[in-house]
Amino acid sequence: MATSAAAIQVERVAVRNKAARSDSLLPAGIVTTFLSVIVLLPLAAVAARAFTGGSFWSEVFAADALASLRLSLIASLGVAVVNAVAGTLIAWVLVRDDFWGKPFLNALIDLPFALPTIVAGLTLVALYGPHSPVHINVAYTQAAVFLALLFVTLPFVVRSVQPVLMELDREMEEAAASLGAGILQTYARIIFPTILPALISGVALGFARSIGEFGSVVLISGNIPFKTEVAAVHVFGQIESGDIAGAATVSVVLLALSCAVLLALNALQRRGLRHGG
Amino acid sequence: MVAKLALRYTAFAYLAAILALPVGMIFYRSFEHGVFAAWQAVTQPDALHALWLTLLIAGIAVPMNTVFGVLCALLLVRSKMRFARILDVLVDLPFAVSPVVVGLALVLVYGRQGWFGPWLLAHDIRVIFALPGMVLATVFVSLPFVVREVVPVLRETGEDQEQAARTLGASPWQAFWRVTLPSIRWGVTYGVVLTTARALGEFGAVSVVAGHLAGVTQTLTLYVDDRFEAFDLTGAYVASVVLALLAFATLFSMNALARKEA
Repeated sequence: MATSAAAIQVERVAVRNKAARSDSLLPAGIVTTFLSVIVLLPLAAVAARAFTGGSFWSEVFAADALASLRLSLIASLGVAVVNAVAGTLIAWVLVRDDFWGKPFLNALIDLPFALPTIVAGLTLVALYGPHSPVHINVAYTQAAVFLALLFVTLPFVVRSVQPVLMELDREMEEAAASLGAGILQTYARIIFPTILPALISGVALGFARSIGEFGSVVLISGNIPFKTEVAAVHVFGQIESGDIAGAATVSVVLLALSCAVLLALNALQRRGLRHGG
Repeated sequence: MVAKLALRYTAFAYLAAILALPVGMIFYRSFEHGVFAAWQAVTQPDALHALWLTLLIAGIAVPMNTVFGVLCALLLVRSKMRFARILDVLVDLPFAVSPVVVGLALVLVYGRQGWFGPWLLAHDIRVIFALPGMVLATVFVSLPFVVREVVPVLRETGEDQEQAARTLGASPWQAFWRVTLPSIRWGVTYGVVLTTARALGEFGAVSVVAGHLAGVTQTLTLYVDDRFEAFDLTGAYVASVVLALLAFATLFSMNALARKEA
């Protein structure tokens, strides 16, 4: 009796699984086709173009291509460092401090996500360009590139660290303080280790974003080869001048860099989930 | 206490210097020659056409990504197939791709010398330097938002109610419309808001595939760039203000929705 009940149960589960599988076959087909046509096929075309003709490495090591990649890489790393500090600080103020207008400030943080990049670039020209009302003119310098990248990546660290700080157990900090730990010690021993995974995630997302940034940089940087031309602007110039092979090559390097960062992040998060961290 | 105030004002100063003051400046610059001049600039035929084209493209791209996003999220959460794991990584790809690279990729597939170029040319179908290419670029860059917003909501609601509906005789379609969709509606809406903001504001990818014909293939972001290059700064600032207002509307809806979800 018990065995036949179990058999019925097994059969029922099998039927349900089979039904579920055939239910999801059509959506699976639609999703795969859409993703392939919109995303995968075009990206494959870039890779194919970069590696046909056998000039991949000579294109990458073309002096102007290399210079633009180096600028993007160095600026993105610098921006990542500033974001780690400023982002954590802002998240801290938003969680632990209380002041008039806090909800407004909190909403403002997402503005760089909502604002078109070309508008972001124009706002920087308006304040820090040739007609600056505060007499700070960074147009056509590497500082302009840096500033533009800081603008567009501002929300990443704030928005990843903020929820972790909210969850943070204040009793631990109080215990540390009562045992004689100073502010810096409490931060280094208690707070920093807790927010570290979120901080890494925010910094990495910001880095992946800045490495290929185009719209916010293009107006204020002046796009001077070897000086202020970032990688994406270089690719754009190559497309305009008809050097598609060169454009595809630099694109593949950009793709590889940002994909590597995101994949590493994905792996890190999976490990964190498994270890319950 | 001193430390607290120091932190607070450091954060204020940073946000003011990087974000608030620059954005405030474009409003000031737009209206410094009076409201009338601003109104004249924004009602230029090219500006109005650019706004209309921007809305049209978003109007096509956003529904496509919404349907895709909901389907894809359902697959990611419910499917036990191994390919869901791969799909999970692939869906985020657009976030990792520079907009200019997106444009180049489309040129390499649909451009004159692209994979489908000769065939498209033979059938007199224009994709690059025309509306279809601009839509494809916009769909590409705004693809992951709905998926990413709906997946956590689906995880949280679980499958119980849907299975109950199925047990009571509902077809998969009925269960989806009557049970699943209502339970994820705020997640979907939030994703749609983000998708729309990105679609309205896309510049790099569209710039590569648009061909910059004023009054023809010029979206509002391209118009800003065009006016700036032509030293018509008022035109650039005023169009930017229109885009900035759309961004503020996005922020406002995000906040309203966040409160609704909570």
